[in-house]
Amino acid sequence: MDWFDTITHTFFDFKAMADVMPQLLAIGLLNTLIISLASTVIGVVLGMIVAVMGISPSKWLRIPARIYTDLFRGLPAILTILLIGQGFARLSQSVFGPSPYPLGIIALSLIASAYIGEIFRAGIMSVDNGQIEACRALGMSYTKAMALVVIPQGIRRVLPALVNQFISIVKDSSLVYFLGLMVGERELFRVGQDAAVLSGNLSPLVMAGVFYLIITVPLTHLVNYFDNRFRTGRRRAAPPISGLNEVKELSAASPLTNGSNT
Amino acid sequence: MSNSTNTASADVETFRGSSLELKNLSMAYGDIEVLRNVSFTIAPGTTTCIIGPSGSGKSTLLRGINRLHEPKSGDVILDGDSALGLKPDILRRRIGMVFQHFNLFPDHIALENVALSLRNVKGMSRAESKERAMRRLVEVGLAERSEHRPRDLSGGQQQRVAIARALAMEPEVMLFDEATSALDPELVKGVLTLMAGLGGRGMTMAVVTHEMGFARKVADQVIFMDEGEVVEAGSPEDLFDRPKSDRLQRFLSEVL
Repeated sequence: MDWFDTITHTFFDFKAMADVMPQLLAIGLLNTLIISLASTVIGVVLGMIVAVMGISPSKWLRIPARIYTDLFRGLPAILTILLIGQGFARLSQSVFGPSPYPLGIIALSLIASAYIGEIFRAGIMSVDNGQIEACRALGMSYTKAMALVVIPQGIRRVLPALVNQFISIVKDSSLVYFLGLMVGERELFRVGQDAAVLSGNLSPLVMAGVFYLIITVPLTHLVNYFDNRFRTGRRRAAPPISGLNEVKELSAASPLTNGSNT
Repeated sequence: MSNSTNTASADVETFRGSSLELKNLSMAYGDIEVLRNVSFTIAPGTTTCIIGPSGSGKSTLLRGINRLHEPKSGDVILDGDSALGLKPDILRRRIGMVFQHFNLFPDHIALENVALSLRNVKGMSRAESKERAMRRLVEVGLAERSEHRPRDLSGGQQQRVAIARALAMEPEVMLFDEATSALDPELVKGVLTLMAGLGGRGMTMAVVTHEMGFARKVADQVIFMDEGEVVEAGSPEDLFDRPKSDRLQRFLSEVL
């Protein structure tokens, strides 16, 4: 049973796990959530801009959006994070102070916005052309038609994909540790890794992993569960009626009274 | 359905339809010319049915009138105003359009489908737009379905919401693009009856349709188009009983 003890000790050293818990909760979880949520919010805003540029009739908007997307989607996340985190360190110092934390968030946001932009673009483009035609026929401007009718429908369709993107950002937030975070800024992975050095086994990292799963797994299932509702909106149940009844429905209607189109 | 929505007391509303004149309208998709020198006039408050085989340019013609598709040359005169001289958004406020596939906004209830453009184009308040929209839904017999989303309505009901949406903008002209082609057969009559009612109340209408019975009974003028041109135009009797051209005779023998 020697190997069994080794495995238990390496991965499931409950003492080490319990020791790291307070730090994981108070520092790691908090920072992971802050980094992920901030990156997602910025990513969604930038992503929407990139998406709207990407479907613009003007190539002067489309082409920059395309290049931006290709760039940040095509590079490995770790490379982008290092380039931005170290490349702009001096600039960042004068704005945010010495911590690389804001640069980490910015780098993650840029990466996320490229993916989210594509998600939005696909969603908006999947909206039937008849929708914008109907808006235009009613006298709405292109901008209003997009903002009031087309984009909201596109967003609704891609909400599940956005949640998946958030999951991906949560996992990628662990890469920010490369920039060298201060003790109080460490996210889950870094807290677990530091504790693992002290405990001499991997149990704190396993515990950090559990925290990631606690965030990501319920979200994954939530997406599947709500997929249909997100797509089409809440549904009001209506009993089916025979088409024949509709004929009565019309005869019940009066050709309008007290109208103003005279 | 109950008939509690029936209001028999007040006067029937009439419309102030404008005249519509097409002058040598030509349209193209890229290099492909789909409409050549189409000219005809629709007198105020009358109904013109446009018939013809698929691909004859009927739908394109309607889209040229409200400039959803920009004409290549020629002009459309709406109540004396050149359509090409107006800003497209202004022009379209004066022309209502009803589509084959309804094109309702799927994530809004019927009432909001009608009210949305009242607020955002006409600048009405929320309350005013809802009140106005409700009146239009009553008019098309959907008072009790006003809270339903399009997916919970039948095709016929959806098309009536679409008609209410267009009417709510108080257009001077209504364009119908095969408004009943996507409907189940038993629902077609109701929508056609509604359309005939609008014509009877003074709306100027251009109706692209495959319903020859409707064209014969309701139209003041029938236009037969083929291959992007007006082949024959005249009264329903002229076209249906005494078709002159070979193409119209062939078309009628296929559809009647």
